[in-house]
Amino acid sequence: MQDVREALMQGRNSAGGTVRRPLSPHLQVYRPQITSTLSILHRITGVALSAGAILLSLWLAAAATSSGAFSVAQAIVGSVLGMIVLFGFTLALFYHFCNGIRHLLWDAGFGFDLPSVHRSGKAVVLAAAGLTVLAWLIGLVVL
Amino acid sequence: MKIMRSALGRARGMGAAKAGVHHWWAQRLTALALLPLALYAVLSVLLLKGATQAEMLRYMAEPWNGVLFLALVIALFYHLQLGLQVVIEDYIRSEGKRLTVMLAMRATAGFFGLLAVISVLKLSF
Repeated sequence: MQDVREALMQGRNSAGGTVRRPLSPHLQVYRPQITSTLSILHRITGVALSAGAILLSLWLAAAATSSGAFSVAQAIVGSVLGMIVLFGFTLALFYHFCNGIRHLLWDAGFGFDLPSVHRSGKAVVLAAAGLTVLAWLIGLVVL
Repeated sequence: MKIMRSALGRARGMGAAKAGVHHWWAQRLTALALLPLALYAVLSVLLLKGATQAEMLRYMAEPWNGVLFLALVIALFYHLQLGLQVVIEDYIRSEGKRLTVMLAMRATAGFFGLLAVISVLKLSF
């Protein structure tokens, strides 16, 4: 036995012989739904934002190093490519933020019935897009 | 394969899942802390748009900004490390590879977390 999980995969058939229990069907046989799509998006944005956290720490380190290093960092952030990446991180952050609130509410016992789950899923997508646009409007127009 | 043990015997004695609910709680508490801190981070980045190092120093020298950035960075790196742990546990089946990737992830998260903490402290003082 290579894996302890193997121990749980053994059952008996109706004739009394041992069988390896079937695994659940693979992911690709399921139709993507708002529930599963938003769930994997939470994970993907989480991993992406971890890379963003490294960039944040490098930005802080550049500021703590020298004024030359920080102006290079600021020039990278302000470049076209930098702004595109930053926009992506803004969207990922607000999505993870809003869906995180959804998860916390589920953990607290609210909104876990299917109609609510579908409604809150749509609300999360709209809120993430809205907050991203709002933050960029403030950044580009107001400040 | 012939199994000589009963179903109960196979399920028994496999031990606890090693950590109980601490991971779950820590992930939720850091998530809760990060809700206001993430908004503060977005606001700070917007305020520091195109800032020079001198302006950055002035910003971080404000005690509240220093404190909030430290809280942000600590909660953020703790939270992301917990999240990446679950991702690694889910997708890497081989135990050796899982441990290696896990340790590399922890080391990287720890390193960049410390880099951020030291940088904020240096900017604040």
